[in-house]
Amino acid sequence: MSVALSAPDISRALIRISHEILERNQGAENIILLGIPTRGAHLATRISQTISTIEGRDVAVGMLDITMHRDDLRMRPLRAIMPTSIPSSGIEGRDVVLIDDVFFSGRTIRAALDALGEIGRPRSVQLAVLVDRGHRELPIRADYVGKNLPTSPTQSVRVHLTEIDGIDEVLIEGESN
Amino acid sequence: MRHLLSINDLSLTDAIGILDTATELSRISDGQVKKLPTLRGRTIVNLFAEDSTRTRISFEAAAKRLSADVINFSAKGSSISKGESLKDTAMTLQAMGADAVVIRHGASGAPQRLADLEWMTGSVINAGDGTHEHPSQALLDAFTIRKHLGKGAADLAGIKVAIVGDVLHSRVARSNVLLLNLLGAHVTLVAPPTLLPVGVESWPATISYDLDSVLSQVDVVMMLRVQQERMSDLFFPNAREYSRYFGLNLQRLALMQPHAIIMHPGPMNRGLEIAAEVADSARSVIVEQVANGVSVRMAILYVLLAGAPSGSESN
Amino acid sequence: MSETKFVLKGGSLPDGSMRNILIVGDSISAIDATVNEADATIIDVTGSVILPGLVDLHTHLREPGREDAETVESASRAGAKGGFTALSAMANTSPVADNAGVVEQVYRLGQAAGLLDVFPIGAVTQGLKGEALSEIGAMADSVARVRVFSDDGMCVFDPLVMRRALEYIKKFDGVIAQHAQEPRLTVGSQMNEGEISARLGLRGWPAIAEEAIIARDVLLTDHVQSRLHVCHVTTAGGVEIIRWAKARGINVTAEVTPHHLLLTDELASTYDPIFKVNPPLRTEKDVQALREALADGTIDIVATDHAPHTMESKECEWQEASFGMLGLETALSIVQKTMVDTGLLTWQGVATRMSTAPAAIGAYFDQGQGLVVGARAHISVIDPSKTWIVDRDIVQSRSRNTPFHGYELPGVVTHTFFKGKATLIDGVVA
Repeated sequence: MSVALSAPDISRALIRISHEILERNQGAENIILLGIPTRGAHLATRISQTISTIEGRDVAVGMLDITMHRDDLRMRPLRAIMPTSIPSSGIEGRDVVLIDDVFFSGRTIRAALDALGEIGRPRSVQLAVLVDRGHRELPIRADYVGKNLPTSPTQSVRVHLTEIDGIDEVLIEGESN
Repeated sequence: MRHLLSINDLSLTDAIGILDTATELSRISDGQVKKLPTLRGRTIVNLFAEDSTRTRISFEAAAKRLSADVINFSAKGSSISKGESLKDTAMTLQAMGADAVVIRHGASGAPQRLADLEWMTGSVINAGDGTHEHPSQALLDAFTIRKHLGKGAADLAGIKVAIVGDVLHSRVARSNVLLLNLLGAHVTLVAPPTLLPVGVESWPATISYDLDSVLSQVDVVMMLRVQQERMSDLFFPNAREYSRYFGLNLQRLALMQPHAIIMHPGPMNRGLEIAAEVADSARSVIVEQVANGVSVRMAILYVLLAGAPSGSESN
Repeated sequence: MSETKFVLKGGSLPDGSMRNILIVGDSISAIDATVNEADATIIDVTGSVILPGLVDLHTHLREPGREDAETVESASRAGAKGGFTALSAMANTSPVADNAGVVEQVYRLGQAAGLLDVFPIGAVTQGLKGEALSEIGAMADSVARVRVFSDDGMCVFDPLVMRRALEYIKKFDGVIAQHAQEPRLTVGSQMNEGEISARLGLRGWPAIAEEAIIARDVLLTDHVQSRLHVCHVTTAGGVEIIRWAKARGINVTAEVTPHHLLLTDELASTYDPIFKVNPPLRTEKDVQALREALADGTIDIVATDHAPHTMESKECEWQEASFGMLGLETALSIVQKTMVDTGLLTWQGVATRMSTAPAAIGAYFDQGQGLVVGARAHISVIDPSKTWIVDRDIVQSRSRNTPFHGYELPGVVTHTFFKGKATLIDGVVA
């Protein structure tokens, strides 16, 4: 097991992502940040706070549970459904930034796009992830990446955040081949 | 969990899990989303050997909102009411590739027989069996109570519920006593002694024969339907006398605490166990129970069908 | 032609004494014989208990009418397998055994099978309807020599009918075997009324419905100075009433079934109708009271109430299923398990309650005479040290509705002799 990102690494990555989001979207006005529970939602909150500090105004933030849209439900033990909260303004015509902790096969994001489609029609959908570990199974890419972590498929990446785990760190478990 | 036959199949965690899932699902259905892909490609059979339009429609709506294929194998006129054995019916369902069977049956224990006999591999969901249980009704009742009186808590600790009427023949009462007790609520059964089963003392509930003395003490008054056929079976002298002692009318409504709610599993006998003015009053959540039924049944289908078959863990 | 001779060697009699038994022809020729009969077949039964042939006072043979469930022949095989040398054919066949024709038919079928005696029981009332008396006299005078009359399955509910029946049978010292079930209190009843029925939502069969009839009948019997036998007592309260009646000198006998000595209403929780029986399985308290009553003689006999049913009448919803369970092949093992192994009853007691007493109640000619020289050679041999696992798929009965499937039971019946003929040899029906 090795530490891929320390607490300061994570903090710097999120600040950089916040700046990139603002730069790309020319401000926070039309943005909605939607975190994917559980850890993606906490990351969304942190990014929203950073953006608020930079811009001096609140940015719309919410969370989007994608459990009911997953295509691998039958392959795993039952998952509890997490809350979904969409800002009251809705997503119609907005620039939605999906936020997740680990970007892997792309299936979670595929499910998130489906879930979004049920809710409305945003102007654009972007993706921010803390860690991109590769091994995509679908033609999906991230717009904002905290860190690219080359891994083998047998390894697992664990993201720990203080809000849940009491510590900020990203660990890689298992042998690389 | 493979089947839902009785509330006894549920742990406290299971029960709260279903209520929480239903809460999230009800938020989704409150919004624009009417359909989720979760159970796409799965087949759910509604096997209704006894008439119950409302329960069947509720399960059907729940299954369809989760994109399951629904087959209705319905009520009177079908082979099950013509003496086809449960075994043959089960083997037919198996051949149709049913992933789950929602069964309503006049015989207590029929769902358990279907589940135990291994004639079919799918999940069995009890949608009301004889005078035994009706677990999905109890879950939607608990969901409704939690929504109104739960104050954000996961369970129903400390909430006082009166269940009033024909407890003897009520599957709703049996499931509710078990579930409400599991969730920490306190149940008082109010009925004429003729309509309480011998052995009721062993239930986790207080017994009362006096509705008036109970009404001011409780947070929830759940009225049970009085079946017409009980009239001729010596359980009480006549409908008027039943209504006088056990009917919920406006005078009795005034005895209730201001926050207390009124429930009824339906269909109601207006004027018998519940006065029309009471059923339609602001305190009544009866219509809401019906709406909540869909979310709760979606949650039940999700919990039973969405995950991997138990035992086949994967990373 | 020389007579067949058997020597049962190395076994113990019900009183515990080690004796060899010489069977010559159809009789017991010697007990404690020196084994020097050169032409005898020697059967080593070392370690086994030798009992007088078991007599069942309560058997449903289903023939005529439901030969798909059981026949006189298949029930005879099941009886031989269980150590029985006599069965009593209950009257609720189709047609009902309420006339001399039917009882003679059943009697002759028993003779033809030749594995044990089949004594027909006559119906008390025509068609078991509880209204008009059946041809009791004609059945008593028939070849079948009927002495026991019962509407079993139905209660002789009308007190006047019961009174007349009790009076009428005094003519030939008959007995009315009553199925004690107050019908109005048991409309649609499915199982014992109590905590379990309340939970399961199955309609209750209250103990009082049995006890009320027993109480009424013992008083009627006393009043008309007749003889009453109470079928399948299941409740502690019923036991108390019979105990009271006997203390008062009323001529009443009673039976208990093996299943009521072991099983309780908890089993209904499975909703598996294999446990559906009438009268129903009761509570643990009742089971204990029944065992004590059988031990102290308040209950006189064990009777199987062997009730075969086809698969389809049990593989269904509880409330749709038929009442009844198989009993013949497991009876002695259940009695060993519940009464002997628990120290409540000696093998001598078993011999009395499963052979001598039932034969006496039924006035069955040459049955139940015990193991004495000169008696008919009706003998059962059980090895109490062995166990076996009940398998419904290999029973002798034509039906397979045993509630004991998969149970490991003590006591293997190895040999049965009926009139000196081996009907069961090393566990195999002849």
